[in-house]
Amino acid sequence: MRSFIRASCVAGVMATWTLAWSTSAQQPPPPQASQDKPAPGTGGVSVPNADPFPSTYARRPTPPLVIRGVTIMTAAGPTIPSGSVLVRDGKIAAVGASVDAPADATVIDGRGKVLTPGVIDTHSHIGVYAAPGGSALSDGNEMTNPVTANVWAEHSIWPQDPQFPRDLAGGVTTMQVLPGSANLIGGRGVTLKVVPSTTVQGMKFPGAKYGLKMACGENPKRVYETRGPATRMGNVAGYRAAWIEAERYRRRWDAWNANHTGDPPDRNLGFETLAEVLRGNILVHNHCYRADEMAQMIDIAKEFGYQIRSFHHGVEAYKIAPLLAKEGIAGSLWADWGGFKMEAIDGIKANLAIVHAAGARAIVHSDDPSGSQRLNQEAAKGIAAGVAAGMPITKDEAIKWITINAAWALGLDDRIGSIEVGKNADLVLWSGDPFSVYTRAERVWIDGALLFDRTDPAGRWRTDFELGFVPTTNGGGR
Amino acid sequence: MRPSDRHWCLAIAAGLVFGAAAGAAAQPIAIVGGKVYPVSGPPIENATVLMDNGTITAVGVNVTVPAGATRIDAKGKWVTPGLIHAASGLGLVEIGAVPDANDARAKGDRAVAASFRAWEGLNRDTVLWAPARNEGITSVVVAPAGRSLIGGQGAIVDLSDGRRADIVRRAPVAMFGQLGFADGAGASARGELVQRFRELVGDVRAFAGRRDAYDAGNSRDLSARRADLEAMIPVVEGGLPLVVAVDRAADIETALDLARELKLKLMILGGAEAWKVADRLAAEKVPVLTGALDNIPSSFATLGSRQENAGLLARAGVPLIIVGSPGEAFNVRNIRQEAGNAVAYGLTWDAALRAVTLTVAEQFGVADRVGSLQTGRDANVVVWSGDPFEFATAAEHVFVRGRSVKRPSRQDELTEKYKRMLKP
Repeated sequence: MRSFIRASCVAGVMATWTLAWSTSAQQPPPPQASQDKPAPGTGGVSVPNADPFPSTYARRPTPPLVIRGVTIMTAAGPTIPSGSVLVRDGKIAAVGASVDAPADATVIDGRGKVLTPGVIDTHSHIGVYAAPGGSALSDGNEMTNPVTANVWAEHSIWPQDPQFPRDLAGGVTTMQVLPGSANLIGGRGVTLKVVPSTTVQGMKFPGAKYGLKMACGENPKRVYETRGPATRMGNVAGYRAAWIEAERYRRRWDAWNANHTGDPPDRNLGFETLAEVLRGNILVHNHCYRADEMAQMIDIAKEFGYQIRSFHHGVEAYKIAPLLAKEGIAGSLWADWGGFKMEAIDGIKANLAIVHAAGARAIVHSDDPSGSQRLNQEAAKGIAAGVAAGMPITKDEAIKWITINAAWALGLDDRIGSIEVGKNADLVLWSGDPFSVYTRAERVWIDGALLFDRTDPAGRWRTDFELGFVPTTNGGGR
Repeated sequence: MRPSDRHWCLAIAAGLVFGAAAGAAAQPIAIVGGKVYPVSGPPIENATVLMDNGTITAVGVNVTVPAGATRIDAKGKWVTPGLIHAASGLGLVEIGAVPDANDARAKGDRAVAASFRAWEGLNRDTVLWAPARNEGITSVVVAPAGRSLIGGQGAIVDLSDGRRADIVRRAPVAMFGQLGFADGAGASARGELVQRFRELVGDVRAFAGRRDAYDAGNSRDLSARRADLEAMIPVVEGGLPLVVAVDRAADIETALDLARELKLKLMILGGAEAWKVADRLAAEKVPVLTGALDNIPSSFATLGSRQENAGLLARAGVPLIIVGSPGEAFNVRNIRQEAGNAVAYGLTWDAALRAVTLTVAEQFGVADRVGSLQTGRDANVVVWSGDPFEFATAAEHVFVRGRSVKRPSRQDELTEKYKRMLKP
């Protein structure tokens, strides 16, 4: 046990060093100081779209790839029954009934199989609640204050969490890792590519916007019962108080950033994150179960002039589906969870179908490292529930619940989420219909690189943790 | 909209409580022309299942349908015994986080709650009854939850309508406990947990042999309350199975050693690493109740967790029962998904069906009544639109003891209420 702790410390020190090195190399130039003052370091000022922990992800170079003879569910139109896809330089270069294969292309025969865009999970805690669990790896909820807009999920993520490769094997290529829901404002979420990396910077999706995690209802009032908020009205007062201060902060800093005159205002990491929401640079992801509370959160957003990008869990989203459609807010939903607490008792399996039918963006999310591996199966439950409720949903529509709609919620629908020319080549080759219980992801590509291959157990991504601890005979459990 | 949907809407509108073929228990019901999976024998194409007065009266291809029988055309349909969830909180847990609506966990004394008879808190008016049986679950083993060394006794319950005394099919069917989590047993090391268990069994034996002396105050201190000692007697006599939650292979071996040493009838619940000791489990005929969705090394006891577990156990000859999450109530229906995934990871389809029907009935002592489609068995029967493990498949008719039990659930009523809002 002692040696394990020592090993962790060494890794921590090395990570810090790497971080400092890469950060200093890529910082934007500091703002100009007035003549009689020394220039503040960039860490002293609050600038829009600052990127102090920049992504170091680099696409793995690969020869062109052709997958042919495959059923393609594009998430952008009707299924192509026997089509081909050409991937070049990590991008989708051609899609159609047939494509020209360059001489140096890797050619995959996809007959009898189905190709979809990479699956995207808008709600994961992988890395911040890493396996094998326990308090040592419980890093998802900063339960020290009901408003912790100052914390960033990426600073809790353990890249050696064995849940990452399992998610990849389930077809997930992009995930948003969020702080937990103990707090009214829980902090920044981060969007990751599901790739092996020693640092979290190496997993960060380049150019992706940050998310802000907010939470309604029972969780914050339960956690802070003795110090407040202890009620739902206390929750709402807490959000509003935070936004009032955030708006003042934004005003001051926008004014200073416009001309850099005088002493800069104090930097505050929490208000900085909230100010970025007010500027539209960070997307709001709001954990909220009940319809009435979602409607109130929409009013609060209007009061302070920000947008909610997606409600999460939203077990009652079906009750306000037209409102979500009107406001352009996505619903990141479960297929069939409910009943585990009072605010979840009205969970219905037709939630996805009703939200979809109302014209809002329905998304299947997980909030669970097991469910995340099977978002295709969860979507299949949503289809079946739609049929049972007399609202048939085509598979071409349902595939959007786990791809392009999720990409939109993360602000990445111009880069991922569908099989269209110019998009990143994040692809999943399924053994059959992705909505069958018997189907498994066989191959998964991210930016054209083959990162999971079920036929190659020896080549599978094994996290450092798994070495020695997790038996290999099972290919790492996947 | 399919006819059954129309019927449901109508039922909601009129506040009716009985389904299409309901009330038909007074006359025979014939499910005609389906692909019938008796489980006790090979599947039969184009077969008829005849039910009368709550029991199955004929299964086969040459069944004469009596005049006046209600006919259900099952052409293209699959007919199976009702599914059984073997470790459920249904009827005990309405809302997990609401103490007043959760009766699955006994307080116990020194981590022993053997006298807790979980079914005595069973609420057959739970709103979760309907969604479970509407998806083909016709019986559940109602099991105590928690991580006590001994959590209490479970019963097998039919999801039929009626008084508790009628729907509880057999009680107790097993004692539930655990041998994998030291802290839950008030210990801080696995060896200490084992010693605690051994001490308890010894005390039960001491109590059983000298009850009069105990009641006369003529006994050394025993490690459990009188009621708990009393309740443990059938377990230590090897009559009542002891279902222990345990995951790590080494801990499963410990459980097997204890069972051998103390002559207990054992079942393993969870068993994340059971595949590593499959041969011994098979040789000692110890059944394993496990799922098929877990592959995460979520604790140091489950490092070897894998989705192939069920398939490997079955191949080795271990009696296999597929459960969803132990204690599940809201999503008892998802044992279909568990079974399907077990197949995707190596279990044969027939074995998967058996693992959610007949094997459960056998291990919990009710195979003479449920778990298979045979003449003389109680008529717990489901007519499926297709493969019961597929998401697109619906349980079109569900019979418990010969009565049609499909009705709109609270979830269905909410769906109906709000989907109307979408109409222009």
